[in-house]
Amino acid sequence: MAVTSIGARVVRKEDHRFITGKGQYTDDINRPGQAHAVFVRSPHAAATIRRIDTSAARSMPGVVAILTGEDLAADKIGGLICGWMIHSKDGSPMKAGAHPALAHGKVRYVGDHVAVVIAETVLQAKDAAEAVVVDYAVEKPVVDVASALAKGAPAVHAEAPDNRVFSWHLGDKAATDAAFAKARHVTALDIVNNRLIPNAMEPRAAVGDYDSGNDAFTLYTTSQNPHVARLVLSAFIGVAPEHKLRVIAPDVGGGFGSKIFIYAEETVCVWAAKKVGRPVKWTSDRTEAFLSDAHGRDHVTRAEMALDENGRILALRVNTKANLGAYLSTFASSVPTYLYAPLLSGQYDIPAIYAEVDGVYTHTAPVDAYRGAGRPEATFVVERLVEVAAREIGMDPARFRARNYIRKFPHQTPVIMAYDAGDYDASLKKALELADYKGFGRRKREAARRGKLRGIGFSSYIEACGIAPSAAVGSLGAGVGLWESAEVRVNPIGTVEVLTGSHSHGQGHETTFAQLVSDRLGIPIENVSIVHGDTDKVQMGMGTYGSRSGAVGMSAIAKALDKVIAKGKKVAAHVLEAAEGDIEFKDGKFSVAGTDRSAGFGDIALQAYIAHKFNGQELEPGLKEGAFYDPTNFTFPAGVHICELEVDPQTGDVTIEKWTAVDDFGVIINPLIVEGQVHGGIAQGVGQALHEGAVYDPATGQLVTASYMDYRMPRAEDLPSFVVDTTVTPCPSNPLGIKGCGEAGAIAAPAAVVNALTNAVGHEDVPMPATPQAMWRACRKAAQPLAAE
Amino acid sequence: MYAFEFHRPTSLRQAASLLGKAEDGRLLAGGQSLLPMMKLRLASPGTVIDLGAVPGMTGIERKGRSLVIGAMTRHAEVETSPVVKEAIPALAHLVSVLGDPAVRNRGTIGGSLANNDPSADYPAACLALGATIVTNQRRIAADDFFQGVFTTALEEGEIIVKVVFPIPSRAGYEKFRHPASRFALAGVFVARRGGEIRVAVTGAGDSGVFRWHEAEEALKGRFAPKSLDGLTPSTEGMNSDIHADAAYRAHLVGVMARRAVERALRR
Repeated sequence: MAVTSIGARVVRKEDHRFITGKGQYTDDINRPGQAHAVFVRSPHAAATIRRIDTSAARSMPGVVAILTGEDLAADKIGGLICGWMIHSKDGSPMKAGAHPALAHGKVRYVGDHVAVVIAETVLQAKDAAEAVVVDYAVEKPVVDVASALAKGAPAVHAEAPDNRVFSWHLGDKAATDAAFAKARHVTALDIVNNRLIPNAMEPRAAVGDYDSGNDAFTLYTTSQNPHVARLVLSAFIGVAPEHKLRVIAPDVGGGFGSKIFIYAEETVCVWAAKKVGRPVKWTSDRTEAFLSDAHGRDHVTRAEMALDENGRILALRVNTKANLGAYLSTFASSVPTYLYAPLLSGQYDIPAIYAEVDGVYTHTAPVDAYRGAGRPEATFVVERLVEVAAREIGMDPARFRARNYIRKFPHQTPVIMAYDAGDYDASLKKALELADYKGFGRRKREAARRGKLRGIGFSSYIEACGIAPSAAVGSLGAGVGLWESAEVRVNPIGTVEVLTGSHSHGQGHETTFAQLVSDRLGIPIENVSIVHGDTDKVQMGMGTYGSRSGAVGMSAIAKALDKVIAKGKKVAAHVLEAAEGDIEFKDGKFSVAGTDRSAGFGDIALQAYIAHKFNGQELEPGLKEGAFYDPTNFTFPAGVHICELEVDPQTGDVTIEKWTAVDDFGVIINPLIVEGQVHGGIAQGVGQALHEGAVYDPATGQLVTASYMDYRMPRAEDLPSFVVDTTVTPCPSNPLGIKGCGEAGAIAAPAAVVNALTNAVGHEDVPMPATPQAMWRACRKAAQPLAAE
Repeated sequence: MYAFEFHRPTSLRQAASLLGKAEDGRLLAGGQSLLPMMKLRLASPGTVIDLGAVPGMTGIERKGRSLVIGAMTRHAEVETSPVVKEAIPALAHLVSVLGDPAVRNRGTIGGSLANNDPSADYPAACLALGATIVTNQRRIAADDFFQGVFTTALEEGEIIVKVVFPIPSRAGYEKFRHPASRFALAGVFVARRGGEIRVAVTGAGDSGVFRWHEAEEALKGRFAPKSLDGLTPSTEGMNSDIHADAAYRAHLVGVMARRAVERALRR
């Protein structure tokens, strides 16, 4: 069987399992004697709990137990944590309120966890949950940053009386203000980055299991990072010490970030399993997912860009209010700060940048990382400013971008990042050709004859993936390091198991990781298995998010593979009776340089285990190597997306006519999977731009968009066939040259769409999501510039 | 879902008797609205009576100048029926933009009409075409049948058996879909039969489907899109929500009406 090389378009190995219904997801796990948990959730956005009366519910059929926040506290189970410390401008630490897994005295958003009912069946648990009587003193909620920061607004947590969790900044304020003072032109925009609900296909789920014989817990859960879950549940929440807590995340059906976090539900299930002496299972229904999965985005921003007389960017000034929801989710504080402001330089050489960000509590679901996490918000700010600035000074937006591109690498931006490699002109040039930019005017006129407004928009995005090195992220406030681990276990006949701390929730690791092993060891891809998602198998790992699994996870595998080959050479030296320095490894064969003596990879593996040919005191038997890899820098994927669309001014309906994406992801392992990631990312970005938006009722704090009847997901029919291409500058910061591709589409797309929409209607007043209603009004405003609207 | 009693009668008489006896009984006729509501625990009928095994309630037939569709006929059958395409192509088109393939393969015309969702498509066709809803007890004109949001003229124990559509000379349906749910944000069915012109609007009004008499009058002069130029219904009585306020809905009704006339003339 043949070797599968890096760069080959390999069909995903795991898909046979998934598309034939053989996937094993958390909800497929059922433990003997298991009971079912249903959460009593707050129907109010803000209320004080006067009393919880469970007496009627307790006597209902099948009820095993009803537990509340008091039971949690009595067992000394700690609250949920936010693992990234942010300090305000004045040096004070962020003001975080307590986040109990079951409410203690107060509820702070619709869907907040009040109690858990555990019963023999889900239906019995639901019936009993409805019979739990909670006496609430309902209070006035604040759901958006403006009302939360208004004078006299109710405080979501007493710890942050003005609802400001932090008031953070980055960059050189004096230098930035000075640049603005001498600017020839200033472009200013007010931007709302709409709130999104993740909507992974598989809802969250958890099964907690307790083995009293060994006093040990097992938690099966929908996690992108089971080791982080174990660390948090053990070290901070205090469910059980690490060696007594096994976390298994089996197949995970999508996450987009929402399954990074450690939530109340899995905490309660694993704790309750011991409490009631039975395995406890919970599976979210779709309504619960809308209400309680951590949401994404939700920024309100004032952004300004200063230009000189030649159309060069002098400075950027950004003020953002970030809605963090009612509690700080696991990484909530990092998203609008260190994952956002350091990206504000975009692809441009900007001498001075100053960003201020207020993190704000509101009576809404917690907000945390969602595909791109901070980087889409930054790209939207930069790419809208750049587009509008070009229009205002009468310069072609492509030319304006090129004029300001960074061309020398490494490039130190004024906001932390040191870009290591890139060729932004190459991506732009290719994209302009593929999009037939020159022919746009003709297409616009032709559309006008059909009564349609045609627009074109660019997004020259940059992202930072593989957040690292650990020491650097630690200095920025992270509570963890962001390395990755791998262990390569070679079996005696030469097949290979790779244990990785990355964990696929749809990325196709079982294929790409095996592809790397096949390429490096010269063995068929079928001979490689990828093992992930189980803390008892993989010792430690940091999981999958932030497009890190290629750049960081695979680099760890590469490092372990190097060690395997080095050990193999030692064994081969004994087997082939040659000096170790004369052994070469190529195409799956160990050979003695300059001779025809060689042994296959499988033969050497067998020799390593039977250990007949070497002295066990000189060389250890076996062939198994591990590695921890900590990168030297972030990676910086970048590219140009061009969106061309038409607006029907009569209805506001938008049709995307053409999408061109030229991305630089560095070295690509599997183009098929990379294209899939780009396609999905664009679809989500288009979803944010045109369709998706979480709406809370400002008076009641109810989530208005709590189902697919009101929350509009992107559909296949909304999208054209994408034109996807790449340019390549290998990443110098990891051994494989990989940059990462998982979030690029979602980062690039919103600005490209809105730039195209504003180009079509001829003014900048287009909100996200640009729903048909919003676009109808935007068209009317274009037609009647003096109308009251 | 809460527990409920389930019956699957094999005759119309048996179904009616079960419905009469049941306290809080609901008919199951495709279940594309009822079952999701039950799953969400927003509907909790004590008894569900499935009409799926009652003979004689399905089928499409042309009878003289009318098209007759059995109440339990599924949307997909209407969508693909050569008889419908020949007699009232606008009706086949309407069904092709109704729901999604799953809904069209399970949902029925009788179920949709009895439910009278204010954003459903079928009520617009019935009203504009002047259909007659035939029940186990009587014949009800469409003008009398739709009585408001989720409210119809159906009495206790009354079951729709079939729907009789007079065949128009011209008809067209245009729908602007609700971005999320795909129901009609504004759907307009126009029909011309002899000198009679009827325009029915669904999705937009706060009391469900209604006839837009002003547009009917305007089209009497000349059955052409131009006759509706500048015509928009009053925003009074229009629905308003996060997807479309009253002004946008009223505007869309005007646009959809013109496009429906265009479509009616295209054949």
